[in-house]
Amino acid sequence: MIEKRIRDDFPLLRRTVGGKPLVYLDSAATSLKPEAVIEAEAAFYREVGANVRRGVYELGAEATERYESARAKVAALLGAQADEVVFTRGTTEALNLAAWALGETIVEPGDEVLVTEMDHHANLLPWQELVRRKRARLSAIAVTAEGDLDLEDFRRKLSPRTRVVALPHVSNVLGTINPVPEVAAAAHEAGAVVVLDGAQSVPHMPVDVRELGADLLAFSGHKALGPTGIGVLWGKAELLRELPPLIVGGEMVREVWLTWARYDDPPARFEGGTPPIAQAVGLGAAVDYLQAIGMEEVRGHGERLTALALEGLLARPGVTVYGPKEASRRGALVALNLRGIHPHDVATLLDRQGIAIRAGHHCAQPLHRRLGIPASCRVSFHVYNTEDEVAQLLTAVDQVFQELS
Amino acid sequence: MSYEEVILDHWRHPRNKGRLSQPDAAAVEANPLCGDVVRIELKTAEGKVAEARFEGEGCAISQAASSLLTELIQGKSVAEAAALTDEDLLRALGGVVRTRLSCALLPLRALRKALAGLREGTPPG
Repeated sequence: MIEKRIRDDFPLLRRTVGGKPLVYLDSAATSLKPEAVIEAEAAFYREVGANVRRGVYELGAEATERYESARAKVAALLGAQADEVVFTRGTTEALNLAAWALGETIVEPGDEVLVTEMDHHANLLPWQELVRRKRARLSAIAVTAEGDLDLEDFRRKLSPRTRVVALPHVSNVLGTINPVPEVAAAAHEAGAVVVLDGAQSVPHMPVDVRELGADLLAFSGHKALGPTGIGVLWGKAELLRELPPLIVGGEMVREVWLTWARYDDPPARFEGGTPPIAQAVGLGAAVDYLQAIGMEEVRGHGERLTALALEGLLARPGVTVYGPKEASRRGALVALNLRGIHPHDVATLLDRQGIAIRAGHHCAQPLHRRLGIPASCRVSFHVYNTEDEVAQLLTAVDQVFQELS
Repeated sequence: MSYEEVILDHWRHPRNKGRLSQPDAAAVEANPLCGDVVRIELKTAEGKVAEARFEGEGCAISQAASSLLTELIQGKSVAEAAALTDEDLLRALGGVVRTRLSCALLPLRALRKALAGLREGTPPG
């Protein structure tokens, strides 16, 4: 039970919505920030403020120290080396960088990129653009009726022409934790690079990149208790060394002549322009905060709340839950629908109780099409959510049924 | 927790729902984000909206707004129907939370499209 001492750290939990205490169940979209993160970001501007990397003066050195220290913290969180951690604006930019760089190096006309039916648009559109640019082909691994990746379909579609396999670690709609080591092993055997969307996993559970076996992994700071505007692309050192930058300009070069330039080594090569320095420092503080709780404990808490929500929702006859029915196989989120009631009506009625949930297609239109629904409701949790809030959600669901059926 | 009574009433008991056999004007509008779809059909006579019908699928707010809109314009002159503002409809609905304005205003967009077709003499879509 970590919730009691944690909640005081999150200033937003002290505000009310329409006179009711906020019940925030949309952490899969973005998490709340603890005071320590807000303070770390503000402290950077108050105490240091200078640009990174090029400053010869004291403040410049301190700024670089704080920025690089944040990188080291992220690396430790992932079980990686610091020079394998590239700061980006978020998961979307990280995946765009991955798709662009792999497209420039390993994808030829007629080659194949394999995605999944459960990918977030951020891990789909960059690959669509890549295959269009390279005249390669895109296909998608099917999702089973239970909401799992169809591994037989994966093996059928994997071929010697497959250059990239891109998938979510945890689906942002189904919650499914995908069997990444198994997928990665098969993909590597076929000679493909594995790109993992970690937006819904890294903030919520222990993630060790070596154990997963992926080659590239992206996640966002703002879903991991950190600031907006900062994210990470982790890549195996030997792969990153081969990849070209997407953003070129200042701070990423060795030497520049009028007609050519030589780029720096990773990670600087991929961080052209002044990076989001204060945001990186804030992310470092978020990682400290999560590590102080312990990622096992973070996962345990999310799993407990998800189990409670699943149990309550599945017991209600009018409720459809998407994805695996066991909390142990899911991230800390549940997508659902109430029979005969549009998800937006559910979200609006819950909002009137101060309960914030998401309704829509959650940037996964192909998956919703596969499920045969235009939209769904989604509740999601983080360390500050409580069992009592899950109970409030379930009561509110009953009230929505009373109101609208 | 409740929606306004007028919304619940129109959602539970939709007025003028269905199709006209030979509408003089008709148009469909959809909200791609949430999948709401509304079709408005009109029969006109002597410059007035003689009959208004709607058909649609979607959330309670969009469907209730469609139902209410058909009542608002029935018997009005075509010019009055065309002059109906967003605020008129929102007021008649008893107010709509700002996060859901696009749902509430969907039928009004369909009505304006249908009336534009009528003015331009294009056959009802």
